[in-house]
Amino acid sequence: MINTDVVIVGAGPTGLFCAHQLGIIGLKCEIVDNLDKIGGQCIELYPDKPIYDIPAIPECTGEELTNNLIEQIKPFNFNFHLNDRVQELKNENEKWIVKTLNGKEFLTPNIVIAGGVGSFEPRKFPTKSADQFDGKSVLYSVKDKTIFKDKSVVIFGGGDSALDWAIELSKTSKVTLIHRRDEFRGAQSSVDKVKELQKQNKIELLTKYSIKDVKGNGNLESVEIKHDDGNNKEIKADYVLGFFGLIMQLGPILDWGLNIDKKTIPVNTENFETNKKGIFAIGDICTYPGKLKLILSGFHEGALAARGCFKYARPDEKYRFEFTTASNTIKDRLGLKE
Amino acid sequence: MFPHTCPFFLINYINPMAKIKYIEHDGKEHEIEVANGLTVMEGAVQNGIPGIDADCGGSMACATCHVYVKEDWFSKLPDKEMGEDDMLDQAFEPKSNSRLSCQLTVSDELNGLIVHLPEKQI
Repeated sequence: MINTDVVIVGAGPTGLFCAHQLGIIGLKCEIVDNLDKIGGQCIELYPDKPIYDIPAIPECTGEELTNNLIEQIKPFNFNFHLNDRVQELKNENEKWIVKTLNGKEFLTPNIVIAGGVGSFEPRKFPTKSADQFDGKSVLYSVKDKTIFKDKSVVIFGGGDSALDWAIELSKTSKVTLIHRRDEFRGAQSSVDKVKELQKQNKIELLTKYSIKDVKGNGNLESVEIKHDDGNNKEIKADYVLGFFGLIMQLGPILDWGLNIDKKTIPVNTENFETNKKGIFAIGDICTYPGKLKLILSGFHEGALAARGCFKYARPDEKYRFEFTTASNTIKDRLGLKE
Repeated sequence: MFPHTCPFFLINYINPMAKIKYIEHDGKEHEIEVANGLTVMEGAVQNGIPGIDADCGGSMACATCHVYVKEDWFSKLPDKEMGEDDMLDQAFEPKSNSRLSCQLTVSDELNGLIVHLPEKQI
């Protein structure tokens, strides 16, 4: 069990800046995120899109913002637990026991939920018949590519994942790539490569088709697809891969006994605590009168939530407000020499 | 009886509205007046119409305000901007008449628009 002052759920900009504020006031934290990288929506949804409303930064991309925030909290050496998700909270003696999907446990007086619009999960096929093969022959990510050797693999999607895997698996498998329109959103070089492989009959490319049904008795046998013009087609398949991007779901947060209002968590605006003592919510996931879903609002919320955490983490101490320009204690925490 | 003295007319003059009909997947209809300048997504969210999530708040970074627009209206809509089809690839059951409602700005031209909501957004 890891003992800490605060567990932050979500490593997006809001969670990262809250961690910075915790470090400044001398608290420890552990940060959990179910993506495999730091940055949240900034890195997953718009790493290259410029942002124009970060105070004092006229223009930066989601990736640049993330990198700067990571740099800013470096002195504190906080631990990140990526590819993991907080699953369960249990209250015990004024503290919370936090359990993750991968079996990690934390003991903490404070939890800060900075979960954005929820955790990212792959979008699945809309057809119910695909569910029975989910995880066996209907897959949304590739963990071990050797299972596809000499098999018929049908890949759906038009982004980089679909294109890259179509190219890679065409070396050892019979690949059919299916997309709902003629244009692809993946890199042009990959699109060119796929078209070249199509000419060499190494990839079968079908566009303007979408999935209609998945067929098989126990084992997957084929997929039925539907053209925009209404015609259907059936393709033999040992494996079906779907790459439709990620969706965001609140997931286990819904089970923690928090008040929820339209997928957001109501908080007070003094310290962003929820209806549960020691659980705070900041960033896109929280709501209050006047709430703006801006990154800068998340920074403000994180700063106040950090002070709220201090009360429970150091019940015998009085919090003293200090400026980073003037405080030697803070400079020590930042590892700056006098 | 002059138009400019009639308060109802005045409201329309200051804040022109268009009627938009949202039809849920189960057939339930909601017809509401949405102010010009708002998006079809905002009209739904502000009026609590179920079935439009708009997780990203209208920045074209998700596909949870996805709607279907029947042919007669589809051709009258402004063309898709770059990126909208990329997001629609990631929507629930996209079709050739799919649009993101956050990209449809309400104007007099859209008065009477009917949008059909998908079975679900995520």
